[in-house]
Amino acid sequence: MAGKRSPPSETVPGGPPAEARALLYDLLLAPFIEFGFLRRALVGCLALSVAGPPLGVFLVLRRMSLTADVMAHGVLPGIAAAFLVAGLSVPALWLGGLVAGLAVAVGAGALSRATGGREDAALAGLYLVALALGVALVSVRGGAVDLTHLLFGSVLGVDDPALLLMAGTATVTLLALAVAWRPLVLECFDPGFARAVGARGAAWHLGFLALVALNVLAAFQALGTLMAVGLMMLPAVASRHWARGVGGMVYAAAGIAAVSSALGLLLSYHLDLPSGPAIVLVAGLAWALSVLFGPVDGLLPRLVRRPHLAG
Amino acid sequence: MMAAVPEIRLRGLTVCHGRRPAVHHLTGRFAPGSLTAVVGPNGAGKTTLLRAIAGLHKPEEGRVELGSGAARVALLPQQAALDRQFPIACLDVVMLGLWSAVGPFRRVPRALRDRAAEALAAVGLAGFEARPVGSLSAGQFQRVLFARLLLEDAPIILLDEPFNAVDARTASDLLRVVKRWHGEGRTVIAVLHDLDLVRREFPDTLLLAREPIAWGPTAEALSAANRLRARMMAEAWAEEAEACARGGGEAIAA
Repeated sequence: MAGKRSPPSETVPGGPPAEARALLYDLLLAPFIEFGFLRRALVGCLALSVAGPPLGVFLVLRRMSLTADVMAHGVLPGIAAAFLVAGLSVPALWLGGLVAGLAVAVGAGALSRATGGREDAALAGLYLVALALGVALVSVRGGAVDLTHLLFGSVLGVDDPALLLMAGTATVTLLALAVAWRPLVLECFDPGFARAVGARGAAWHLGFLALVALNVLAAFQALGTLMAVGLMMLPAVASRHWARGVGGMVYAAAGIAAVSSALGLLLSYHLDLPSGPAIVLVAGLAWALSVLFGPVDGLLPRLVRRPHLAG
Repeated sequence: MMAAVPEIRLRGLTVCHGRRPAVHHLTGRFAPGSLTAVVGPNGAGKTTLLRAIAGLHKPEEGRVELGSGAARVALLPQQAALDRQFPIACLDVVMLGLWSAVGPFRRVPRALRDRAAEALAAVGLAGFEARPVGSLSAGQFQRVLFARLLLEDAPIILLDEPFNAVDARTASDLLRVVKRWHGEGRTVIAVLHDLDLVRREFPDTLLLAREPIAWGPTAEALSAANRLRARMMAEAWAEEAEACARGGGEAIAA
């Protein structure tokens, strides 16, 4: 390299040529630099990415993958009722959604325990009713515009209160996970043992469900109720192909979610797609790639025939 | 090192599923440091009895007395409801046995972590510390659960069919652990089906067929007459059973 100097404006040694750099800048950075609303959305989605997917990992491990989905539908009547009473006030919507989401998730568990029925059946029944009730309530006053906004979210909707809500939720979630990690893993892995040693598994589980409800609520502004769960569950489902321990899966899930958020927002900007579906689609792509190439139980690594070990 | 081992007293213990008794008016005692086999036909209430002693199943009538204080009871369930594909390493499973010593939040001290590794070695799984439990065979997994029991360090240990689905070598290794507990003066109660094993290794036996059939030294309890009586137990429910009139279990002392 010494003695041979390339013109500074043309290329950096080993780096891409100028046109490529300009293209990359336009593709990846310019949207965020030029548009404040996209920056806000990115910050919000990154906050959601570090908090939601770890919860998703625990949901998957508990065989409760559908619970978050149920909650996302379950919050709807609460939000709609709060909207009817208090109008578009973030704290009111938040409280209404939290109460309704928890009621559905906890109610289904209690109902199945009390009557001996299956919990997934109770969940399905409750969330269908909740969804119908929510849509009915919204249409009483708001009409189609509000409904679309609630169901599918909008990056333009990420204002300061919403951003604070997302960041606050992420902070609370991460702190709670750090504190409750061991009881959560125990309650997930061996609930019978948790009961036998008096670990109060039910209380931890309830707190955990509350965290899931909080995260679903934080996400609905940017992604909408229907898409809020995508960013939580898809990275969590994909994460099992990248790690063999709960800790590793949590890191993998958060990483996949963060990258999906950024790429999804770019996709939504360049192709003029709604942000929620774009982010969830990228997360879905990440899942597909994980299934194909992931080192743990991935499909393609299995195709490469390697001789078995001697012992 | 270990807390005093209390006597386990059952006083007219009746434990029901719904209204049907699974354990019916059982009275007696497990002496401190005793090693007792619980034997009986399927549906005799053996599992229910262990769960009642562990405090996991509330008695309908009568009670279980565990001395004065709250003595810790460690239970190895028959079919643990746990997820064997869970992404967790063997050593971490064993360390869950430290729950009552360490609790939900505190870090595990170095010395206890070493004891967890020793417990794995004691059940013949040295070097398995980092292995995910999903890669273990049923027998190896049972060994891990025994290592967790070792770490629980409880004065009373309840084993529900501990040697099911394990090969002869694993069974004899695990039996060595059971005898070690017995030697340390812990009370061990094990539900078993292999009568030869019971006769060989267990000094006391409770023969249960919902009602207690016999309870005492193994040779007497497992007499041919007693075994025949246990086999006669009606597994079917009496269609028109009336409310049981026997109250206050103390009257029917063993």
